[in-house]
Amino acid sequence: MHVPDGFLDAPTSVATAVVAAGALAVCLRGARRELDDRVAPLAGLVAVFVFAAQMVTFPVGAGTSGHLLGGALAAVLVGPRTATVCLTVVVAVQALLFADGGVSALGTNVLLLAVVGPWVGYAVFAGARAVLPSRPASVPVAAATGAWASVVVAALVFVGLYAVGGAAPVPLDALVAAMGTWHLVIGLGEAAITFLVVSTLVAARPDLVHGARPVLREPRLVVTQGARP
Amino acid sequence: MGSGHSAHLHVDGASLLHRLPPQVKLVGLLSFVLAVVSVPAGSLVALGCLVALAAALLLSTGVAPRHLAARLVVALPVVVFALALPFVASGPDSAFGPLTVSSTGVTAAWTVLAKGLTGVLSAVAFAVTTPPTDLVAALQRLRAPALVVVVLSFMVRYLSVVTEELARMRVARESRGFRGRGLRAWPVLAAASGALFVRSYERGERVHLAMLSRGFSGRLPETSPLTARPGEWATALVPATLALTASVAARL
Repeated sequence: MHVPDGFLDAPTSVATAVVAAGALAVCLRGARRELDDRVAPLAGLVAVFVFAAQMVTFPVGAGTSGHLLGGALAAVLVGPRTATVCLTVVVAVQALLFADGGVSALGTNVLLLAVVGPWVGYAVFAGARAVLPSRPASVPVAAATGAWASVVVAALVFVGLYAVGGAAPVPLDALVAAMGTWHLVIGLGEAAITFLVVSTLVAARPDLVHGARPVLREPRLVVTQGARP
Repeated sequence: MGSGHSAHLHVDGASLLHRLPPQVKLVGLLSFVLAVVSVPAGSLVALGCLVALAAALLLSTGVAPRHLAARLVVALPVVVFALALPFVASGPDSAFGPLTVSSTGVTAAWTVLAKGLTGVLSAVAFAVTTPPTDLVAALQRLRAPALVVVVLSFMVRYLSVVTEELARMRVARESRGFRGRGLRAWPVLAAASGALFVRSYERGERVHLAMLSRGFSGRLPETSPLTARPGEWATALVPATLALTASVAARL
């Protein structure tokens, strides 16, 4: 899923890095609103969680397995701004400490995995949540929709970048078809995992799910006169 | 990705790359890789030399090749994509045995392969010679945003804590008879991921309170600021200068 060095030419890599840096700057300013003053240590541990959650392999069958990408999941759990900050650090650590994903493609990978993933995921999630009945049970369904869309849109954005600054002239319709079909399937896996993880959390600790806040009812203290002892 | 991330790459040593200050090395790595990517497609001699340069840099670290080989596995997708390019790229076709390949695709395949390999080789050379805490200090020195530095330092500090927690959860599952096969395993694994989120989040809250009580103000103090001599900057920028020269020369 990470773009290596040399897939995109230097001007495209630099341009995506500039866009990614701008998006990160906006998110850094907004992250404080999502996690109040606990933002720094909590964002740190959310980043560690995303990194660790990507290591959980989900068996698909025939010896293959998949894992979570987590952009939409993080956006639903802690809000899209914090998710962008966390995933940026995750992508940077993967590139610089694990050589996973090109160093020159760092901006591209941050743009795709830390900006497009969480924000598309969150936008679709918020839209689906608005349409679905206002119940906690709707949150995992909306999150799954967001997760699916985030994977497919990120793949299509990559195709767009490749069309602008790709290494070799591949027919665009074939590339869209190949990347699109493949990521429709990957998106289904991402949606299933996101659905299951968010269901668990909405059942166990709904107060920790940022995206569930609007549908949670405040517990009301009811005082009745003459209550039985 | 996958399970290969469990251990940090860093290996102790005393080579030149080990001794360079991390912020200098990071700038050197970024500029080198960017210069390599800017080499025009088809200048295969120049690209070949740059792959050799990156391989030499990696070998100069003195890290056991067995350790390095395990880390180079991340280059596999690049190889697969490069092998596919001649068949999917458009352009003038030429016969290659019984197959028809695009000659533009063949050139592009070599280019992608060389640039991707150079990137992986030099990134591994950086990773094996730089302790994770030095990366934090380097980004702090290079004036990365304070929140990014804090998040990164947490990542470095708590990565093994959280992955060990994950491992303990796996032991607990398997000692209760869980066999991770097929789609039926998914709800269990997802519940474990959810539990991991709750545990990470609560750990974050505890750590934050502990830090507040010790006077944390939202910014990590720079305990020992990094310094670098001009000579070290010059050394670190040699590969980038060579790559840039190759890139310019190939255009002339």
